[in-house]
Amino acid sequence: MKTAHKLGALAILVLLLAAPPLLKSYGVYLFTTWLIFIIATMGLNLTVGYAGQKSLGHAAFFGLGAYTVAILLQHGVSFWIGLPTAMALCFVIGILLGFPALRVQAIYLAFATLGFNTAVWLVMRNEEWLTGGTFGINGITRPSLFGTSLDGALPYYYFVLVIALVLAGLLWGLLRSPWGKAFTALRDNPIRAESLGINIQRYTLLAFAIGAVYAGIAGALFGSLVQFIEPAPFTVGASIMMYLMVVVGGPGYFFGPVLGSAVGVLLPEWLRFAQAWYLFVFGALVVLLMLWLPDGLLSIPDRLKARRQAREASAARAASAAAAEQAAQKGEGQ
Amino acid sequence: MTDFFQLLFSGVATGSIYALAALGFTLLWQASGTINFAQGEFVMLPAFAMLGFSAAGLPLPIAFLVTCVLAVVVLGWGFKRGIADPLLRHGLMPIVVATIGLSIAMRNGVRAGYSAEAHPFPSLFGDALFHIAGITITAGDVGTLVVALALVLGTQAFLSKTVTGRAMQAVAQNTESATVLGINVPRMVFYTFAVNALLACAAALLVTPTYLAKFDMGEGLGNKAFFAAIIGGFNNSRGALLGGVIVGVAENLAAAYVSPAYKDAVALVLFMAVILFKPEGLMGKKEMRKV
Repeated sequence: MKTAHKLGALAILVLLLAAPPLLKSYGVYLFTTWLIFIIATMGLNLTVGYAGQKSLGHAAFFGLGAYTVAILLQHGVSFWIGLPTAMALCFVIGILLGFPALRVQAIYLAFATLGFNTAVWLVMRNEEWLTGGTFGINGITRPSLFGTSLDGALPYYYFVLVIALVLAGLLWGLLRSPWGKAFTALRDNPIRAESLGINIQRYTLLAFAIGAVYAGIAGALFGSLVQFIEPAPFTVGASIMMYLMVVVGGPGYFFGPVLGSAVGVLLPEWLRFAQAWYLFVFGALVVLLMLWLPDGLLSIPDRLKARRQAREASAARAASAAAAEQAAQKGEGQ
Repeated sequence: MTDFFQLLFSGVATGSIYALAALGFTLLWQASGTINFAQGEFVMLPAFAMLGFSAAGLPLPIAFLVTCVLAVVVLGWGFKRGIADPLLRHGLMPIVVATIGLSIAMRNGVRAGYSAEAHPFPSLFGDALFHIAGITITAGDVGTLVVALALVLGTQAFLSKTVTGRAMQAVAQNTESATVLGINVPRMVFYTFAVNALLACAAALLVTPTYLAKFDMGEGLGNKAFFAAIIGGFNNSRGALLGGVIVGVAENLAAAYVSPAYKDAVALVLFMAVILFKPEGLMGKKEMRKV
C-alpha cells in the first residue's frame, strides 16, 4: 500500500467513524445511503474499472437483493438467510446473463444488461402477487445481530459500515491475488492476456458475477434501511447513475467508488436549490469530465505525477544532451 | 386472422421508425467507431425544435427543413467536433460515458427549460382510415411506412450508387486505405454524422404524432434502435432495416397475444437469442480482431 493510499483510507475511515454521531437522523440516513452505494459501486468498479466491462444493469441486481430479502421476510424468513440467498441469486443470474453477452464483443454486455434491467423492472412492476407491483413492499424490518437490535439509525449505520469494510477488505485481497491481476491484464489488453493463458471468458464472467453479488448485498441493506421498497429506485436510469458514479470517481481506482458515490448521493443534497436543473448540470459536467479527465477524478494525482515525470525526464534529456555536446567539443578541442 | 394482419402492419410501420434510428446508429459506428447513447435524444430534440418553430408561426414543412439544417449543424457538426473527435482517441469508454451524460443533460434540459408535459404533435398524413379485405389501417401507418422505407432505401442507394456514398463506405471499411486513395476522410466522417442527424429529424417527424413530444420520449426509442441494430447486424446497414422491422412486429404481436405489460422486454429476448446463436447479427459479417 502506498502512503497516499494509507492516508486516504485513514481519512475516510475517521470521517465514517466519527461524523455520524454528530449528525441529525437525516444526516445519518444519508451517510448510510452513501455507504450502501459505496458497496454497490465497489462491485461495479470491479466489473467496469478492473475487468473493463460496460455494465448498465447494476440497479437490477441491487433491486434483486432488496426484493429477495423483503419477500423472504414477508414469509417469515430471517434476514440472515435472506442475505445469502440474495447473494447466490445475483451470482447465478450474473453468470446466466453474462455468459451469452461476453461471448461476443465487450460492448454487447452494455446492451444485454440494459435490457435485463428493463425486464427486471417490468417484473417488479407487474407481478403484484410477488412484488406488490407499484405499491411495493412495506414494513421491512431491520435485522438484529447476536440479540442486539439494529433498529436505531446509528446502530444500523455502524452495522452497514462493518459490512462495507469487510467487503472492501475482501475486494482488496481479491485484487492483490493472481485472480485480480488477471482481471487487470484483461482490461489492459485482452488478446495479450489470452495468449498468456488467461481464460478471458471465465475471468470476465466471474468479475461480472462478483460485481452483481456486491450489488445484491447493497440492495439487501438498502431495503432494510428504507423499510419500504417499490420499483422506482431500480430503473435503468438508476443503473446508469451507478455507472456514472464509478466513472466519475475513477474506474480502476480502489477509492473511486467512495468519491463517486459521494458525488451521486451527497452532492444532490447540497445542490437542492438547483432542483430541476440539477440533472442537466450533472449530465453536462459528465461530458466535460470526459473531455478533460477521461480516467475520472482520482486520476488527477497520477496525471500530475506523469506530467512532473515528463518534465523531469525532458530536463534530464536536455542535461545529458548538453553534457554530450560539451564532451564532443572537448574532443574536438584536443 | 384479420387482427393478426392488422397488428403485423402497424408493427412494420413502428419497426420502420426503429430502423431509421438504428440506421443512423450503425452508420456512425461504421464510419467512426462512435457508439451514441444519446441517439434517442437526437430524435427528441428535433421534435421539440419543430414544435417551437411551428409555435413561432412556421408551417410544418418549413419548420421541418429549418430543424434539419439546425440538426446538421448542432447534432452533426457540433457533436462530432465537440464530443466524438476529442474522445475517440481514448477508446470506447469515454465516448460511451460522454454520450450517456449528453443524453441526461438533453433530457433534463428540455424538462427543466421547456416542459415536463407531453405535447401533441401534428400528423403529416391526417387520420383517414382504409379498409382493405377486412383489415383497417390508418393513413398514419401507411404514410410512416412509405416515408421511412423510402428514406432507408434512399440512404442505401446514396451509399452504394453515388461517388460520395461509396467514399463514405470506403472510410467505414478501411480508413487507412481510403486515405491512401485520396479520400478526404474527415469530411466523409462528417457526412455520416450529418446523415445521422437528418435521419433523426425524419424519425422525429414520423414518430412524434404517436409518441407525443415529451422529454423522455427518446429513452425507449434509443434502446429499441440499439437492439434493432444489433439484431440485424451491427456492421451492416441493411441489417438495421431488418432488425427494426423484426423488433416492431414482435413487440406488437407479443403485446396482443402474450402480455401488454411485457412489451418492452421483447427486444431484449430477441437480442439475447441473436447473440447466443448468431452473434454477428442476422445480416452481419464476422469481424477479425486485431492485437
